[in-house]
Amino acid sequence: MTTARDFFRTFFLWELLLGLKLTGRNLFARKLTVQYPEERAPQSPRFRGLHALRRYPNGEERCIACKLCEAVCPALAITIDSEQREDGTRRTTRYDIDLFKCIYCGFCEESCPVDSIVETRIYEYHMEERGENIITKDQLLAIGDKYEEQLARDRALDAPFR
Amino acid sequence: MAVLSEVIWTLFKISLIVGPLILAVAYLTYAERKVIGAIQLRNGPNRVGPYGLLQPFADVFKLLFKEVILPTNANRFLFLVAPLLSIMPALAAWAVIPFGEGMVLADINAGLLYILAMTSMGVYGVIIAGWASNSKYAMLGAMRAAAQIVSYEIAMGFALVGALMAAGTLNMTGIVQAQSGPFWHWFWLPLLPLFITYWISGVAETNRAPFDVAEGESEIVAGFHVEYSGVAFAVFFLAEYANMILISGLAVILFMGGWYSPFEGIPLLGPMFDWVPGLVWFVLKVGIFLYLYLAFRATFPRYRYDQIMKLGWKVLIPVTVVWLFVLAAMILTGFGPWFD
Repeated sequence: MTTARDFFRTFFLWELLLGLKLTGRNLFARKLTVQYPEERAPQSPRFRGLHALRRYPNGEERCIACKLCEAVCPALAITIDSEQREDGTRRTTRYDIDLFKCIYCGFCEESCPVDSIVETRIYEYHMEERGENIITKDQLLAIGDKYEEQLARDRALDAPFR
Repeated sequence: MAVLSEVIWTLFKISLIVGPLILAVAYLTYAERKVIGAIQLRNGPNRVGPYGLLQPFADVFKLLFKEVILPTNANRFLFLVAPLLSIMPALAAWAVIPFGEGMVLADINAGLLYILAMTSMGVYGVIIAGWASNSKYAMLGAMRAAAQIVSYEIAMGFALVGALMAAGTLNMTGIVQAQSGPFWHWFWLPLLPLFITYWISGVAETNRAPFDVAEGESEIVAGFHVEYSGVAFAVFFLAEYANMILISGLAVILFMGGWYSPFEGIPLLGPMFDWVPGLVWFVLKVGIFLYLYLAFRATFPRYRYDQIMKLGWKVLIPVTVVWLFVLAAMILTGFGPWFD
């Protein structure tokens, strides 16, 4: 009996018609494409984009050159040199991130005891020359200064879960 | 002088057919991307011009400006002649297609035979392209395409035999006129198995999904035209899409009443659509079949090569042969509104 039914189903292309019905329904369904330059997908406060180094409100840079981020970085993308300043505190003389090596895992941000190195929401950036993939301490601090308001807000939103 | 004006008049009519045909091909590629995009919940092209309507022109100009690369050790002459061999029959077959009452370039009495001859010629372009490319993939694709086209030609031929038996003529205009009347007077109803067989083998003939093993991207890159680029590739593309439109047009002429309105002869509803020209009905019906091509491509996965052969030889051909006998009996007994 089932053999006969299967035979007729095959013969009358039943399964194919079911498939066409499904695709026919999809034809009129709402389109999911985000029209990128005009529309943007929503971002989480935890979005991990381009890096930045933050400062305290008094202008002092947060980073104390503990090198935890350098140690935890699974891609070995961070290079840090440090020295003692005249006031006796330890500060970095060099803080380079190789964006080609970075996998944007966010471990540096997690490991930082002073919330200095953070990942911003920026995801549209590019390099035009060889070597521009390595961003220096000055560039990182500049990014941090520019987006400090946003960064502070995002950290505050995430604070209850830490 | 009379001969010259006749030649000029014919050339004018040819350009009236080929011009819109090429435009239709361009917008069929656009429709294909839009429809398949919509089915996959995407938007399709929408950047070039309003709603992406200029996208086909952007594609054409890109292809025109690209270099035609001749592979090393390819047979130069055959390599360049193959695209022409495949576009020529695709365009020539349109000579006998009636677009409306009396709107046909060559009203020859063996129109259907001419169509069969022309569509069969297309396979030479494919085989020569595959051989002349001096490439394994192209060769494999050409072999597959040739075997597939030759096998499905038989089932398709039988389906066409059914249509000409029912109409009693090989003339395309005559076949359409034999179907005059509302939509249940058309041949698709008494010839339903032949109609479905014709459509399946038509899709296989044009090497479209789900019968696109000849191009099979995932297996043999692009099949017979893997080595082609630029204008030569564009010509193959044009031939493929012109063939799709041709097969759809044939389906309309043979089984769906050509240029006749589906409501013809129905009281009240019939006169309401009297003002619509036959050409519009023809184009609308062709559009429905072209949509089916696109929906098939978006819905069905590719057949395995041996399954294609099995379907063609062991299913479609027996079905058509059996139905030819049924059809003969129906004609002899004057069955239904079709054979009185």
